[in-house]
Amino acid sequence: MADRLQVKPYLDLRAETQARDRGLHEKVMSLEEAAALVHDGDHVAIGGCTMSRTPMAMIWALIRQGRRNLIASRSIMSNEGDLLLASGVSSHVVTSWFSQGIVWGISKVMRLHVETGKARFDEWSHMSMGLRYRAGAMGVPFLPTRSMMGSDVGKRAESETREMTCPFTGDQLVLLPALNPDVAIIHVQRADSYGNAQIDGLPFMDMDIAMAASKVILTTERLIDNAQIRRAPDRTRIPFFTTDAVVEVPFGCAPHECYGTYEPFFDQMNDYAKLVSADPDKGAARYLKNHFYDTATWEDYLERFGTAAMLDASRRGRSIYDD
Amino acid sequence: MMTDKSAYTASELLAVMSARLLDDGQIVFAGVGIPLLAVTLAQRLHAPSLTILFEGGVIGPFVVPGELPPSTNEQRCTRKANMVLPITDVMLLLQRGYIDIGFMGGAQIDRYGNLNSSFIGDPDKPKTRLPGTGGGNDISSLTNMIVAMKHEKRRFVPEVDFVTSPGFLSGGTSRADAGLVTGGMFRVVTDLALMGFDGENRQMKVLALHQGVSRDQVLNNTGFDLAFDDELTETEPPSADELAVLRKLDPEQLYTA
Repeated sequence: MADRLQVKPYLDLRAETQARDRGLHEKVMSLEEAAALVHDGDHVAIGGCTMSRTPMAMIWALIRQGRRNLIASRSIMSNEGDLLLASGVSSHVVTSWFSQGIVWGISKVMRLHVETGKARFDEWSHMSMGLRYRAGAMGVPFLPTRSMMGSDVGKRAESETREMTCPFTGDQLVLLPALNPDVAIIHVQRADSYGNAQIDGLPFMDMDIAMAASKVILTTERLIDNAQIRRAPDRTRIPFFTTDAVVEVPFGCAPHECYGTYEPFFDQMNDYAKLVSADPDKGAARYLKNHFYDTATWEDYLERFGTAAMLDASRRGRSIYDD
Repeated sequence: MMTDKSAYTASELLAVMSARLLDDGQIVFAGVGIPLLAVTLAQRLHAPSLTILFEGGVIGPFVVPGELPPSTNEQRCTRKANMVLPITDVMLLLQRGYIDIGFMGGAQIDRYGNLNSSFIGDPDKPKTRLPGTGGGNDISSLTNMIVAMKHEKRRFVPEVDFVTSPGFLSGGTSRADAGLVTGGMFRVVTDLALMGFDGENRQMKVLALHQGVSRDQVLNNTGFDLAFDDELTETEPPSADELAVLRKLDPEQLYTA
């Protein structure tokens, strides 16, 4: 399965792209229909970073549908990574950092799965993750970097990287292999039905993973008209022809944040951390049961957090525009 | 005699001492926790035109007191920023050479300033899997580093279990030989002392002790032979002014408990 992470032959990549439906037409569907576009064994790149613009609703749907053997990659993983491991959806993550967040300490769920050998955690430097996606987005097999050298992070990745002496300067460089994910799942503030997306605030690596991936599933806080996109095309960050599915999901990152819309649900993140710290195995299972398996709809899921938590998070989220 | 622990916490001491190392006009790439707090403190005290860069993709923010971000990737990091941009592009500014100082916390450090935030024990059968590098490997590979951490024997080890973020590797010219031709460890700030690195052998050495800290106290909390600079000095304890500004920044002691 790890061969999914090998650099794709260029002509295959081009042929795949040529074969994709790149027309300007409606791609709106339900969470369940969109989740069905992800297949067992796929390499899924997750948009956002740490607790920001995490496509939680899509992860909720994938976990509920019982997808298996996904390779999950992300710039930095927070507790959505815990849930992918604990649910059995993935046992292989590729990222630069993995824990809920520094103020909550080290993820006990990640520790349990990685230390017992149940899961594989490929560690790359943050810039290397970004350059790998960017190489994929650029249609080149690798990008050079001056990072990752001399360290054990570099050594541990040696089977996948190459060293190079620059033909112009003689400088030592490391070559990072391109990532072209099978699917990118990305949450945005606004998208139209064709899959043009606007992103407010920090864009993280989302443009690159959208361009690099063979398939893009967008979830969006709001579905807007294409006329609104065309009124401010400079705000479009992801173009329609990379997009395969658009799902309108308000509070689609909860309990994580969506810039300008809601901040993290801190009390609920504390509760989660407490639950899994006490017993990472049973705690995560209980969380998955309560919040994922026993909630038939996204509205049910949000009700578990409650109106007060949603209002508080959204009041804090919108306060960014007070300055 | 120990430092007067009742006057300030160890974390507050770290934040104040590291803030003092930053100069006005510098561009500083800061991690979350003490580094974020220290750069913000420096901005509010002696370095109003210091520019903060956050890994999440932020150039030049002013973090709002009492609204500290839980990582460098949330909207709280972007308050009054000059620009937001993709993560990859803000990291590439390190490679391009725009950054004066990289500033991080550390879990485990060795005599050459190599940092480990990946594994305790054998990486193939780890006793503890730590969160990993994040941007640490890139920052320490590509610029001059300040590290702020608690001074404990289990953290100051002869050789780290795993080099997540490279310091001077095995000393001498080994860092440059490995291809890392720029940057390196500049200062290590702890609750006991301020340390730098020898220009030749690249080993850590104590430059200054905090008030009331003895040489023995430092040695007893260090897992390797630590040299003392010939011109060893003593730092000024945090002033009332520094502590007042700091406590306004972090009233809930999110980072300074």
